[in-house]
Amino acid sequence: MRGFHYLKNVVTLQFDSEKCVGCGLCPRVCPHRVFSMEGGKAVLMEKDDCMECGACALNCPVKAIRVDAGVGCASGMINEWLQEHGLGRKGSGGCG
Amino acid sequence: MARITTVTGWNERLGAWKVRWGIGRNDFIVPPGLYAIGQPKPDDPVVVTANYQMTFDIVRRALDGRNVWLLVLETYGINVWCAAGKGTFGTGEVVRRVTSTRLAEVVSHRRLILPILGAAGVSAPQVAARCGFSVNYAAIRAADLPAYLDGGMITTRQMGELTFSLHERLVLIPVELVLAMKWLLPAAAVLFLVGAITGGMPAGITMALALTGAALAGIAAAPLLLPWLPSRSFALKGACTGLAWSIALHLMAKGGSWGLPVNLAALLALPAVSAYCTLSFTGCTPFTSRSGVKKEMRLGLPLMAVSIFLAGILLIIGGIV
Ligand code: SF4
Ligand code: SF4
Repeated sequence: MRGFHYLKNVVTLQFDSEKCVGCGLCPRVCPHRVFSMEGGKAVLMEKDDCMECGACALNCPVKAIRVDAGVGCASGMINEWLQEHGLGRKGSGGCG
Repeated sequence: MARITTVTGWNERLGAWKVRWGIGRNDFIVPPGLYAIGQPKPDDPVVVTANYQMTFDIVRRALDGRNVWLLVLETYGINVWCAAGKGTFGTGEVVRRVTSTRLAEVVSHRRLILPILGAAGVSAPQVAARCGFSVNYAAIRAADLPAYLDGGMITTRQMGELTFSLHERLVLIPVELVLAMKWLLPAAAVLFLVGAITGGMPAGITMALALTGAALAGIAAAPLLLPWLPSRSFALKGACTGLAWSIALHLMAKGGSWGLPVNLAALLALPAVSAYCTLSFTGCTPFTSRSGVKKEMRLGLPLMAVSIFLAGILLIIGGIV
């Protein structure tokens, strides 16, 4: 996103160009222009701009994209983190 | 089927204001189903949205004066983005709503228009396979819907790109402040008591003020100054505003008389508090990845905890506690 960039080299996004059938959906659903179309295939542009929302992977008809997507809510994530470390309560943690 | 007006009255403005400040947020639920805006005919477009009152109001205001079908999904009063993340604004709910409203009998075409941010929960190929409707992701903001509909259903670059302007950041802050009161008020009260008992009233006030200021530096100042603060890390951005606050406090509250341990304690604890608050703000930002936040938490949370622990010891050494 213009003017905003998050940490480098952390995102879990993986793209297998071999599998891509060029449907053009991933650049359309990505709010951060991580993909673009070139020569009838998707190409990965700015991997570090990915926010791991999972929209591209979910919409790709041939599963050419993989990403460890999840809830972006901080409270949810801190709860999850606490649970992983056996400290937290189960349950809620929500946004909206 | 319900016909709805597209004029927004005072009640809704008040509603929007209440939502921003986190008052009665769960009262804003629209019954899911198919709505008619204007006098839509079978070949008019179908726009899909969430049943969060604010979203619903923004969408129908954007479509004011048009003939459009509005398919409202059951997202339990949650906005499109968060609901898509949870999966309630999802493939299953789209298919369910299309079927239960008998949309295929109401309209003659097989096209649905969805917000781009809904794509995190909806799979266009699966919706097509399961109910025969093709999903068209239109725009991120509902305000762009008229241009999208008038422009032959083409998403321009600007419609498909997220922004995070000063104003967009500003409107997020009230809710964050209200949420923070849950821990800030008790913590400030405890600090006030500890300070007042050991060092007198002024010490109590200064300590409560120090904490409140650090929280504000992390919840309000850092998000507003986001693009201008150094580093990509939110924790470090928050630490910067917290550091600025500890310097400001030192100057305002005559920190020269506090003694070295207490000054060091303030320099350690206040940036740690604001760093934590700003790290929490990643939940509101539309560009932070979960892996990135996890990395920050892994590195940052222990550091913050150690800083606050050391600050406590320094306060004891400094004779405040
Ligand atoms: S996960 Fe989201 S942000 Fe990342 S590339 Fe896919 S659509 Fe874009
Ligand atoms: S969604 Fe999948 S198949 Fe379609 S362009 Fe992107 S990678 Fe290729």
